[in-house]
Amino acid sequence: MWVHRKFVGFSKVRIICLIIAVLLLSGCSDQWGWYVVNPSTESGRDNLYFLLSGFYYTILLSLTAISISIITGLLIALLGLSDNKFLRTVNRTYVEIVRSVPVLVLILWVYYGLPQLADIQINVFWAGVLALALSDSAFEAEIFRAGVQSVNKGQYEAAKSVGLSYLDTMRYVILPQAVRRILPALGNQLVYMLKMSSLVSVIGMPELTRKANELVVVEYRSLEIYTILVLEYLVLILIVSSAVRWLERRWKN
Amino acid sequence: MSTIKHKNNSPPLIRMSQVSKFFGKFQVLKRISLDVKLGEKMVICGPSGASKSILIRCINQLESHQQGKIYINGTELDDSSSSAKLVRQNVGMVFQNFNLFPHLTVLENLTLGPIRARKFSKADAQDVAMRYLERVKIPEQAYKYPRQLSGGQQQRVAIARSLCMEPKIMLFDEPTSALDPEMINEVLEVMSELADNGMTMICVTHEMAFARRVADTMVFMDHGKILEKGSAEIFFESPKSERCKAFLKKIQRY
Ligand SMILES: Nc1ncnc2c1ncn2[C@@H]1O[C@H](COP(=O)(O)OP(=O)(O)OP(=O)(O)O)[C@@H](O)[C@H]1O
Ligand SMILES: [Mg+2]
Repeated sequence: MWVHRKFVGFSKVRIICLIIAVLLLSGCSDQWGWYVVNPSTESGRDNLYFLLSGFYYTILLSLTAISISIITGLLIALLGLSDNKFLRTVNRTYVEIVRSVPVLVLILWVYYGLPQLADIQINVFWAGVLALALSDSAFEAEIFRAGVQSVNKGQYEAAKSVGLSYLDTMRYVILPQAVRRILPALGNQLVYMLKMSSLVSVIGMPELTRKANELVVVEYRSLEIYTILVLEYLVLILIVSSAVRWLERRWKN
Repeated sequence: MSTIKHKNNSPPLIRMSQVSKFFGKFQVLKRISLDVKLGEKMVICGPSGASKSILIRCINQLESHQQGKIYINGTELDDSSSSAKLVRQNVGMVFQNFNLFPHLTVLENLTLGPIRARKFSKADAQDVAMRYLERVKIPEQAYKYPRQLSGGQQQRVAIARSLCMEPKIMLFDEPTSALDPEMINEVLEVMSELADNGMTMICVTHEMAFARRVADTMVFMDHGKILEKGSAEIFFESPKSERCKAFLKKIQRY
């Protein structure tokens, strides 16, 4: 197991180094125009800074959205775990409906449709957060439900026999065990969220993808700029997934 | 061993009166009636599937019953929250599989109930916990996690966890049957000491040496019914029903 993990880590790093090396070398050929992001020129630096500044909203948007979707997902999951049939039906309906709508469609609906329906103003950021959180909450709900159901029935009985209320049982006994088990799944959702956030570029959110699009329109160097975009996501997601794995290992003890 | 004199005027701590329970059409408890007085030690035995577990789980409302009445200290149980409180204040339970909380240390396992349900301060709860850990002879394990302990130690922690709620009666559901043979005695010893200190107990077990030593009352069950109930001496000397005789013979061969 240990050897295996070490091997995977090694090869991943090596592959990335290889990709970067190929890209850097290819900048020497005639078709590639790495000058657009050449850090040794003033305009290259500006462009690079412009692209990198997209991290701010990509991260802020994703973290806000996933915080909201984890909380709503947990609440929706608790409905699904209830003894009450009506509440379980609410859970199923919510999950089925939300899961069936593509994220992009949700984003468009929330940004262009919701303000008319509810007669409210909604800015790009919160429209994006709302759409992403809505979409993700259905998945979080399913993850939490599976996690809670994986905890042994004896734990509820023991909690009850030392006088814990339902809420205390959930809070102190069931959820801490469930969360440890679903941490990898929650980490995956965060990775999905970071990737899905690129879709919010269509309504003008200045995150990584939008910034790249805007720069392409000015500079006409789509290959180089989108390659940088790929690398930006790659680095971000590799950092996030190793952080999740680190947490997972720590929580095992 | 049965030196306790029962007071005749106080209501029994536990009374089951004509209790029946069904799973769908299948009747698992058939008009069960029994009284347990303060200080009494009752041992229930019987073949697998006799509904021994169901019976004691009805007493602390882990299972619901459909007919008959169960009283604790003279108050009938229903599904109100005051009933739940009554159960919590009076009844402790020890499970076959310990059911310790694996993500909490031994000390945290013991203090969770007192802090949340009895509203103890953390320091008070820890005092109580250490007192009962000493009672089960493992105070030095307080800061370990359950999986770092042997089965026998885990079950003793589970007993201490129940005791921390300071119940009037302890229910044991085959507390030693998940243990390796060499660990059974350390748990039975702790239980015997509890009994000697006057704890009221209902214990489902097939450890007949233990039963002979502590039981005031023996109950033999089969197919959801109580077939035999009486003082321990009479039960072991001259069991009445053939099924009980056969059962005792079978388990005492080992
Ligand atoms: N949830 C359930 N649904 C249906 N039947 C059940 C359920 N739980 C228990 N039973 C049945 O109730 C009967 C009594 O079960 P119980 O667990 O009380 O037996 P037991 O005497 O404790 O046996 P053992 O010595 O094996 O623990 C069994 O026939 C069992 O199949
Ligand atoms: Mg049983």
